Amino acid sequence: MKVLQFGWEMSPHIYGGLAVASYGITKGLAAQGDVETTFCLPHPFGDEEKHMNYVAMNEVPIAYRDVSYDELKGKLKNTTPEQYYQFRDHIYADFNYMPVNELGAMHFDPGYGKNLNEDINNYSIVAGVVARTLDFDLIHAHDWLTFPAGVHAKMVSGKPLCIHVHATDFDRSRGNVNPTVYSVERNGMDHADCIFCVSELTRQTVINHYGQDPRKVVAMHNAVYPLPQEYLDIPRPRHDKEKVVTFLGRITMQKGPEYFVEAAALVLKRTRNIRFCMAGSGDMLNAMIDLAAARGIADRFHFPGFQRGKQVYECYKDSDVFVMPSVSEPFGIAPLEAMQCGTPSIISKQSGCGEILDKVIKVDYWDINAMADAIYSICTNQSLYEYLRDEGVKEVDSITWEKVGLRIRKYYDQLLGL
Amino acid sequence: MKTICLYFEIHQIIHLKRYRFFDIGRDHYYYDDYENERTITETAEKSYLPALDTLLGMAKEYGKYFKVAFSLSGVGLEQLEMYAPAVIEKLQELNATGCVEFLAEPYSHGLSSLANEESFAAEVKRMSEKIKDMFGQTPKVFRNSSLIYSDEIGAQVAAMGFKGMLTEGAKHLLGWKSPHYLYSCAMNPKLNLLLRDYNLSDDISLRFSNTSWSEYPLFADAFVEKIARLPEEEQVINIFMELAALGIYQPLSSNILEFLKAIPACAKVKGITFSTPSEICSKMKPVGTLEAPYPVSWNDEERDTSSFLGNQMQREAFNKLYSVADRVRICQDARVKQDWDYLQASNNFLFITTKPSIGLNRGIYDSSYDAFTNYMNILGDFISRVNSLYPVDMDNEELNSLLTTIKNQGEELEMKEKEVARLQAKVNKLEAAAAKKAAPAKKAAPAPAPVVEAPAEEPKAAPVKKAKAPAKKAPAKKAAPKKEA
Repeated sequence: MKVLQFGWEMSPHIYGGLAVASYGITKGLAAQGDVETTFCLPHPFGDEEKHMNYVAMNEVPIAYRDVSYDELKGKLKNTTPEQYYQFRDHIYADFNYMPVNELGAMHFDPGYGKNLNEDINNYSIVAGVVARTLDFDLIHAHDWLTFPAGVHAKMVSGKPLCIHVHATDFDRSRGNVNPTVYSVERNGMDHADCIFCVSELTRQTVINHYGQDPRKVVAMHNAVYPLPQEYLDIPRPRHDKEKVVTFLGRITMQKGPEYFVEAAALVLKRTRNIRFCMAGSGDMLNAMIDLAAARGIADRFHFPGFQRGKQVYECYKDSDVFVMPSVSEPFGIAPLEAMQCGTPSIISKQSGCGEILDKVIKVDYWDINAMADAIYSICTNQSLYEYLRDEGVKEVDSITWEKVGLRIRKYYDQLLGL
Repeated sequence: MKTICLYFEIHQIIHLKRYRFFDIGRDHYYYDDYENERTITETAEKSYLPALDTLLGMAKEYGKYFKVAFSLSGVGLEQLEMYAPAVIEKLQELNATGCVEFLAEPYSHGLSSLANEESFAAEVKRMSEKIKDMFGQTPKVFRNSSLIYSDEIGAQVAAMGFKGMLTEGAKHLLGWKSPHYLYSCAMNPKLNLLLRDYNLSDDISLRFSNTSWSEYPLFADAFVEKIARLPEEEQVINIFMELAALGIYQPLSSNILEFLKAIPACAKVKGITFSTPSEICSKMKPVGTLEAPYPVSWNDEERDTSSFLGNQMQREAFNKLYSVADRVRICQDARVKQDWDYLQASNNFLFITTKPSIGLNRGIYDSSYDAFTNYMNILGDFISRVNSLYPVDMDNEELNSLLTTIKNQGEELEMKEKEVARLQAKVNKLEAAAAKKAAPAKKAAPAPAPVVEAPAEEPKAAPVKKAKAPAKKAPAKKAAPKKEA
């Protein structure tokens, strides 16, 4: 079975949770043995894991340029000249009016560029060439950025389209959706034959807010990969005197950082031997610094900034409690990672990952009293800490991408009538 | 001849309220009054009253043929007294028919039998006294909270003077043996053990209204037939359940009370009698001893204490709670003692279980973590209150010896006081005699003064006594002139 997948990020170059999820899903599918995936990336770096084929969308020509084999060899990083010529044979319209480079390809910024709408459109144009060139049985598009590309590929090839909803604009905006984004999402969903949602929570949003037929919408929870030895070996500092409570994620409205600050203020009113750490960056960072200062807890509240790679795991390991008070979290992989590190987690009931987790404390994101109480309880009751630590690792170890791959495969088979 | 031993337990916990850690040290009231009132009135209306009415009807209809046993937890009883006294009146009415036996159980419905011998003994004694007060019976048979039993508990219960104890006919306790005999405790064979037949008991309390059960609908004749068909030698059929099973776990609409009502008639035809636990203990001889090195209970499929103490959190809560048991026992603070009763109830631990429990109603709690957090917050406040009563750095033994000294001194004082009273009486007598003598002269007034001085000269006059002595004198002095007049 050949699957053409469209994505925006891929491990190890992480801009958001999407990279990790895309990696896990493709890896889980690869574990099936007979699923051959081709993954389209706008800006690959070349060091991605080679469990599947990649298409570098910034090296696919959409306008004819006569380039010699040797010249191509020097200029292409992630594409062979043969592939280039194949793609060039399938250019379907004259895109010379576009700002193409000397190879006739589009430029994509790594990550999320300034003009995202334009990037999405360009990506879709390139996808047309790819879909005309390659041979595949099924299309799988990740996140709304690639929905237009998926729809385009479906139009061109007539193959069934699966879309994977990692988040909706309702999650990101607390209900005030951006109409442009909504229309892109809605259009993708309308054309999809099967919609994978990362949680039941998202599934309900898709059904209720995007008017989709519940029969084609399925919850496909994410999973985690076992930690590499390097991360497992990170020592866990002893916190006998002071406990550390951590928030780690983008500091944006969606993640509910202000509830964390308020809960911290409540905890610190009663006890001083707890420190709070808000790691990450985002548009609400300054507001949160102000808020912490206004609550008079700045001496116990720290902002170490954006954490990358191993730092993330060091941060988890150095924490006694991990808190994710997201206002609306389609899935939220962070608590699973924290649990892998043996850090007890408190998550909001509005988080999708709560649907598959049992060894975590769940509170309403707005219920700062309950959140503070839970934080205090884990910090003061050793047995609760130990229980969540030990049982949490066991639980999260049983959530694997292989199982996700198997489930996705089942739906692929259904779509193909196998 | 086969005999059915029917026993019902009456227990309702005092529900704890949402108690955040901010409340620690500020709020010492831990209970959800609304919920308490609601549950107890609902249970009384839907279950206790109709069930007791039915049992009363049966007792009246069959006279001495029908027998039934009850036990009440102290906390449950307190709630009934407060919100549903009609239930107690019904029980007293039932008691008057003479076919009811009341058993003893720990006052708090807690797990003290697993933690602290003295506290356990004290609360069992307290419950026995309360039963005596209310129903005029001194319990002779004991049932532990959730039928928890082990050899050690058995030995302790025997030492308390009980002649029998109820427990679960758990497979791992009985092995190949049948629960339909009387057994005795391995560590003290004087204590008889009555074992609950969980199949027959659960037929009523667990499955009665379950339409997908293969034996549904269960009729009284079929049920009695099951008992009658047991081998001839198996004579004791113990059917134990919570009274709330009739009406709450099995709704009244399932006609469970009609079923119950019909049992004696069917049993009579088959020549099966009814007995109370103590009748069985005195009439029958145990067939052998049962060894229970680990505690058994009637909870869950495992029939052990794992639903109370199965995970780390439950064990921490349990250890923390009973770490202050000795201090609470020696303290005199009535509110601390009351809270101690309410916090011990085993239900509080059940809420923290992480076992996949079907149909476990955690009340206000979302999850076991939530239940644990709330309980630990309350416990934190409670323990700090207990610790504030006596210095923490003093160990219990030292404290105890000091308290004993104080107690001894108190007794000494009491004796002295009696002495004072005795002497005072003597003085009065003498006075009266003197007054009589002096009556014609009518000049007795100054006479008592020097005599009254005598008790104040007693050795080691404590300040307390000094204060009291004049007080005692006052009425005497007053009495004297009255007599004169």
